[in-house]
Amino acid sequence: MFSELLGIAIIFGATVLLAIPLGLYLATVYRGDKSWSDFLAPLERLLFRAGGIDARRGMSWQQHLMALLTINLVWFLFAMLILCTQGVLPLNPDANPSMSPDLAFNTAISFLVNCNLQHYSGESGLSYLSQVVVIMFLQFVSAATGMAACVVVFNALKEGTNEKLGNFYDYFVKSLTRVLLPIALLVALVLVFQGTPMTFAGKQPLITLQGDTTAVSRGPVAAMVAIKELGTNGGGFFGANSAHPLENPTYLTNMVENFALVLIPIAMVFALGFYLKRRRLSYMVFGVMTAGFLLLLAPTVYYEMQGNPAIAQMGTDMQLGAMEGKEIRLGAAASAYWGITNTIISCGSVNSMHDSHMPISGMSEMLGMMTNAFYGGVGVGFLNFFVFVIIAVFISGLMVGRTPELLGKKIEAREMKIAIIVALLHPLMILGGTAMAAHLYVSNPTEYAGWLANPGYHGFSEMLYEYTSAAANNGSGFEGLGDNTPFWNISTGVVLLLSRFLPVIGPVAIAGLLARKKYTPESAGTLRVDTATFGLMVFFVIWIIAALAFFPALALGPLAEHFSLY
Amino acid sequence: MSNNNSLFQPALVSEAVKQAFVKLDPRVMVRNPVMFTVELGTAVMLLVTLGLLVQPDPTQGSFGYNFTVFLVLLLTLLFANFAEAIAEARGKAQAGSLRKTREETPARLVDERGAESVVSSSQLRKGQFFLVEAGEIIPTDGEIVEGLATIDESAITGESAPVIREAGGDKSSVTGGTKVLSDRIKVVVTTEPGESFLDKMIALVEGASRQKTPNEIALTILLAGFTLVFIIVCLTLQPFAAYANTPIAVASFIALFVCLIPTTIGGLLSAIGIAGMDRALRANVITKSGKAVETAGDIDVLLLDKTGTITIGNRKATHFWHAPGVAAQHLAVMSTIASLTDETPEGKSIVELAQTQQVDALKLQSHLKGAELIKFTAETRSSGITLADGTRIRKGAADAIRQLTERAGKLYPAEVVERVQLVASNGGTPLVVSQNDEVLGVVELQDIIKPGIQERFERLRRMGIKTVMVTGDNPLTARFIASAAGVDDFIAEAKPEDKMQYIRAEQQQGKLVAMMGDGTNDAPALAQADVGVAMNSGTQAAKEAGNMVDLDNDPTKLIEVVEIGKQLLMTRGTLTTFSIANDVAKYFAIVPALFMVGIPALGALNVMGLHSPQSAILSAVIFNALLIPALVPLALRGVAYQPVGASALLRRNLLIYGLGGVVAPFVGIKLIDLVVGLFV
Repeated sequence: MFSELLGIAIIFGATVLLAIPLGLYLATVYRGDKSWSDFLAPLERLLFRAGGIDARRGMSWQQHLMALLTINLVWFLFAMLILCTQGVLPLNPDANPSMSPDLAFNTAISFLVNCNLQHYSGESGLSYLSQVVVIMFLQFVSAATGMAACVVVFNALKEGTNEKLGNFYDYFVKSLTRVLLPIALLVALVLVFQGTPMTFAGKQPLITLQGDTTAVSRGPVAAMVAIKELGTNGGGFFGANSAHPLENPTYLTNMVENFALVLIPIAMVFALGFYLKRRRLSYMVFGVMTAGFLLLLAPTVYYEMQGNPAIAQMGTDMQLGAMEGKEIRLGAAASAYWGITNTIISCGSVNSMHDSHMPISGMSEMLGMMTNAFYGGVGVGFLNFFVFVIIAVFISGLMVGRTPELLGKKIEAREMKIAIIVALLHPLMILGGTAMAAHLYVSNPTEYAGWLANPGYHGFSEMLYEYTSAAANNGSGFEGLGDNTPFWNISTGVVLLLSRFLPVIGPVAIAGLLARKKYTPESAGTLRVDTATFGLMVFFVIWIIAALAFFPALALGPLAEHFSLY
Repeated sequence: MSNNNSLFQPALVSEAVKQAFVKLDPRVMVRNPVMFTVELGTAVMLLVTLGLLVQPDPTQGSFGYNFTVFLVLLLTLLFANFAEAIAEARGKAQAGSLRKTREETPARLVDERGAESVVSSSQLRKGQFFLVEAGEIIPTDGEIVEGLATIDESAITGESAPVIREAGGDKSSVTGGTKVLSDRIKVVVTTEPGESFLDKMIALVEGASRQKTPNEIALTILLAGFTLVFIIVCLTLQPFAAYANTPIAVASFIALFVCLIPTTIGGLLSAIGIAGMDRALRANVITKSGKAVETAGDIDVLLLDKTGTITIGNRKATHFWHAPGVAAQHLAVMSTIASLTDETPEGKSIVELAQTQQVDALKLQSHLKGAELIKFTAETRSSGITLADGTRIRKGAADAIRQLTERAGKLYPAEVVERVQLVASNGGTPLVVSQNDEVLGVVELQDIIKPGIQERFERLRRMGIKTVMVTGDNPLTARFIASAAGVDDFIAEAKPEDKMQYIRAEQQQGKLVAMMGDGTNDAPALAQADVGVAMNSGTQAAKEAGNMVDLDNDPTKLIEVVEIGKQLLMTRGTLTTFSIANDVAKYFAIVPALFMVGIPALGALNVMGLHSPQSAILSAVIFNALLIPALVPLALRGVAYQPVGASALLRRNLLIYGLGGVVAPFVGIKLIDLVVGLFV
């Protein structure tokens, strides 16, 4: 048991230790200062020239958003086209069929928005071409989109009045060439050495120990798994995601994958400090995020390692913890740690079935997605956090007897309006979606019986989890939900779209508005946002505003289940 | 004037109670989105209750229970309205007591031809002229065009010492309701009836013309956002509960909703704003908008006039320093002659000082016959007298006199230069006296720094506010006084445009500047400053330019104004925090109550051990309702501001209103439940 805890402590410690230098590197790269990776500059210049882009031109926040949205629209159309025709396209050794339009819509959007909700199973649902040019491609560019948007917000927090907030294409391309590609390459190499397949050959026939003949799916797995984690995408090559022995063969690959998915979100926080030369600010952000993370992690690890009392009653030994739906090579603690990191970070890959986690763990995982600001997805995690900072600054700024200001910029009605819309969207999507599903289910239980593998509280959790995952752009599922139906494909697809782009547009707009404002230098009377006190304020704002809104829903799902069980 | 500080005077309370009902009008309510949704909820409860009367429905609970919930919600609304109404009533009463001084009085109207007629003060129109004589009450606000008078302004300022007002210059304004003690003046009316600052202030306090300030709007958006979140939470709960087979009664839905939305701050928000203006009024400051009070809290730089703010009243002559080759007595005599008609305190003090050196001022009066008086102007920075025999005596700033002598080709002695420096570096003001452009010597004027002013500046510094002393003194004197008083910066030899420039420079750096002024030449700077406080004694132009008027003409008032602004913002912030923090406990009271019957396991969430679902819901709404009147005194008085630095202040307020806001309702709801449990 001790070694299991030590294992997760090592992963977390190593992540933080490496995130600090990576943060410094990110700040250097985005600032355009000299770094070791400058040998890639000619490649970038070539790309810009090919695209007819002047990467040195400063862009206003509106221009940033325009660029971001346009390029995303192009990717979406491209992805739809491939997915709907993959059956007849090359690189399809297993002869998988083309996708139905509603499933293709859901899949294209899901990967475009860095969510990776998968209503299909990779082995049978996608050709290798789709895996590489749709799935993997979107996993890279959606992560880079988030990072670029995040840097735009960094720029807006600089001192002084700024109209131009850097160049979107510059940040976007550098995120790919200087950060995602090199690190993904390293991670993929480790995976290949540990036995993850990397091939374009089709299924491999195999005779099992029992003498049956079976065919094992394979493909260009290692490359995709690397970016799946690193870009906090989460969409697995195989349906079973990182619980699958070929996606995540050993405890070591589990550590590396888990490390890879937390690395950049934390590094972005430190990059903020280095970029703005406000180191204390990044400590505050990191402190709040870490506190939130640990608060969710602790009960999850505890309950998973405790085991399931209902199964214990049947006389099964619970020494290893609650092992239903978990991999024996990974264990309860590493599965719990993975469950929480993947939900707070909107990565959504799984190495055990969240559906089988204990109720409190399931709730913690949902809370990780409901708050969606403890580290969060690459780039977008900080954007979500930024909205809470705006709200916290507004309230605490008043409490020190001034009209609220963030780093010398006044927060007024317009910024507040945008922040509120973004903050409102999340509960609206999650609760609204779940309410719609619950209403349909109640009004005609026989027709929709196929939806829920477990009726009752757990079935409610499954529906709640699905929309939470979609709204948080997470992508993991409480499996057990029959979700490949037009209703789920389209409703979650809409949730995905809104929940990705509004929370990117909102913070970038706020930042752009703030950047244009008059800058007031700090004095003894101004609220400092880089203090522990303010951190505490943000922490409570996140919990009271974001988490408590879900309390009644959670009471009917995981809490009811928990209290019935114990 | 009466400064009754009791928050709830019976007369005001009865008026406020009446208004609380009048304000239930949905057309009024809709201005406050939070309370408007409560009103909608209350209306629904009324319908449900009436429906139960017609046809009992066991799923909705008993008639008595539903009726009680309805009553409590109605009370919540009334309490919120009462809070606003009592704040309005107090503001109006305060302004009314000021206005009472200027009710119908006879006015002696003078027409273009000079004919006099007596009309009522309310008939005076802007631009008309009237006469007032000793013993009469000034009928309305105006500016003296002819004459000089001593005026008793105690009706407005509470200050018993009479003041002098005269035509021309910066002390030409008179206020309606004040009494002329001596002489006779002709005054031009400057405001239409019903449009004086006081009238505007009263309108500002009353609901009709009250505009929400920018910060109030932003906060309202935040609160409306929270309200929307809870609308979503409550609406979606219906299908959730249907799925879980635990139908929820309408009363429970509405109770959950009303408890969760920020009714505490929503109900008190406008009261807080009005109370801020009221507090300013109690400090005898008329604000022209609520925004001005808010901005005052943000001030980074305070421009303070030296005289009256930092030093006591005026400088006094303390020494005559004669130039080489000039007899000491001659300097004293000439200085006295030049000061005989000088009514400024400095001038008088020169005469007094000379008297101690056996110079008889009365005997010197004869020199005045046929003499020409030279008034002090900001441009020449000197004054004096030209006697009938052509002797020119001048006194003024060192460099002004130096220019005068040097232009006449006379020597400006080195000893005088030295003396000027010495006097200035000791914090004194050197006044150089010349006769026919020949320097006679230096009169030393000394400033006396107000006791306790250093502490006030220290307090301002800890608030993060930079203080700037504005003075006509030379830089040396200014530096001495500035460092003795503890101000951060000073503008020496200040001309009106210097103030303007300084304000512009600070604003360019993003700072907010406040200043006080009275003269017409202060008007541009008053308008440029983010907070401009004009003295009531000042010219009409100055009063129009500023966004506040100080009835006491007290230059230290700026400091108070800043604190009132900060108090206002802090009260808003702390009550918002308190209101939101309350939700934790309310969730734990109501959510288990909603589901306990259908899902007994969720009884574990009933951490407060409340008696029954119905008692829990009643206790929560009752607590929610009672909170509003309980916090009215805080909203009206404001949260005390302490200059301990922003971080310490935040820590303190977070502890009291944040942690307090989490804990208080746990205790409060439990206590109420103990009582309610006896009945349900």
